[in-house]
Amino acid sequence: MLGNLHSTAAPLTASATTSASVPGVVETRHLDFFYGNHQVLFDVSLRVVQHEILALIGPSGCGKSTFLRTLNRMNDLVPSARWQGEVLIDGQDIYAPGCDVMALRRKVGMVFQRSNPFPFSIEENVAYGVKINHLARDRQHRAEIVERSLRAAGLWEEVKDRLRHPALALSGGQQQRLCIARALAVEPEILLMDEPASALDPIATARIEELAIELKQRYTIVIVTHNLQQAARISDRTSFFLMGKLMETGATQTLFTKPVRKETEDYITGRFG
Amino acid sequence: MTGGTTGGTTGIVRRGVNRTMLVMTGVCTAAVLIPLFLILYYVVREGAAGLNAAFFTRLPAPPGASGGGMANAVVGTLELLGMALALGIPLGLAGGIYVSEFAADRFSGAVRFAADALNGIPTIVTGLFVYALVVVPMHTFSGLAGAIALAIIMLPVVLRASDEVLRTVPHSYREAAVALGATRWRVLRDVILRAAKSGLISAGLLGLARVAGETAPLLLTSLNSSQWTTRPGQPMASLTVQVFDYAISPYDDWHRQAWAGALTLIALIVVVSLIARLWGGIGDRV
Repeated sequence: MLGNLHSTAAPLTASATTSASVPGVVETRHLDFFYGNHQVLFDVSLRVVQHEILALIGPSGCGKSTFLRTLNRMNDLVPSARWQGEVLIDGQDIYAPGCDVMALRRKVGMVFQRSNPFPFSIEENVAYGVKINHLARDRQHRAEIVERSLRAAGLWEEVKDRLRHPALALSGGQQQRLCIARALAVEPEILLMDEPASALDPIATARIEELAIELKQRYTIVIVTHNLQQAARISDRTSFFLMGKLMETGATQTLFTKPVRKETEDYITGRFG
Repeated sequence: MTGGTTGGTTGIVRRGVNRTMLVMTGVCTAAVLIPLFLILYYVVREGAAGLNAAFFTRLPAPPGASGGGMANAVVGTLELLGMALALGIPLGLAGGIYVSEFAADRFSGAVRFAADALNGIPTIVTGLFVYALVVVPMHTFSGLAGAIALAIIMLPVVLRASDEVLRTVPHSYREAAVALGATRWRVLRDVILRAAKSGLISAGLLGLARVAGETAPLLLTSLNSSQWTTRPGQPMASLTVQVFDYAISPYDDWHRQAWAGALTLIALIVVVSLIARLWGGIGDRV
């Protein structure tokens, strides 16, 4: 049951050594985050290693989604958002002045809790990021990118004959895989997934999980999940958040079997949350 | 006893109430529709008699003489509405976009309140305002002044309607686009406006419908004309003012033409609405 146990690295929590600029590496240093005067994250220092799946778990409101959204600056959409500390992607502080946020979001793709395809055709959905970022040389190249992305998301066979049909006519699971294809089309290095399967039935969920494991070969994945079994099934390492604080990060198997902290144990054994 | 799905006095009462309410809502719906159909029926019945080729091709006859038509008023109305749309829709739409997408909550609240207040101003007052602002300095009534008055009347309707339509676009579309690296402007152009297209066309139609039948503000701005005056700087004939003038005249022939003018105006609005609806609908089907 606990697949993918090879832990890519030793405990990588708060060590603040500047790593060399390795692609796909995310590192936060002493990150505090506020909505107005309400502090949501406290001193979070965390590293994500290339080509791993890191699961973020914790009870509702623990800050795990907020943390995820600091990694591609989606929280910028909230007017009252404030932060302190550093978030490094490929060794560069993404909150430093002059950071190209649009380029950052191209590099750090995101899949949301509820599938959110645009009310356009399937093809246009996948091609949207390609279009706005001018990634296709011509129509043919664009079509190739669309096909490649849909294949990578395991959706090509199901939709290849109806690329011009409206995306909203797809099933919930298909829509979510379409959103993954759309995120992959701009060739990100890192993929953020915010409870991507929480609105799906078990079969669709299994497909998303298989997909995440496949995608790990090429991308670094950070996934927020409420589903502990899901974290155990797919992730290499797991971080446990509680009330805005990062309590513990470790190899998934270790964290689920021999957690260091009492709070972690209480949570994974279902004593709260 | 509660919860019985069949039988029992509770069930009978509940089904009775249900049926009564259903009938009442049906009756109310009919009550709303009856005046509409009566007006349409009456206008068609009276107006059809006055419709002929001359009505659409000839200028108004001199007072007392029979014959003639409202050709200049038909063209004038189209021109006035066209100019009013050209002024009012871009402004109203841009305002609606700003209020729903960019403005801080407090400011957008203030703008919405101001727009609602403007919408409540009697149109004759708007006509007076434009009279003072445009007609007096230009030393002449003009089609332009009429169009400005109509645009001012249309503005709050278009602004509020487009604001409401844009706020119904799910936030998740914005997030999805932003997460792909889209700038604010691209999100607006590619996603929000596109998703809201048919609603925005409805907003424009609402604005058009609001002003198409206006008479009072035109009396003080574009006035009327019995000649072919198509330049915006001249007084301009319009169906509404012409209908008004003819309806209060003492001539039977003019009364007939007034009905025909009313019918033409209604038909015009229906046709424009249909075209806009069809145009808006094409985008939805992808």
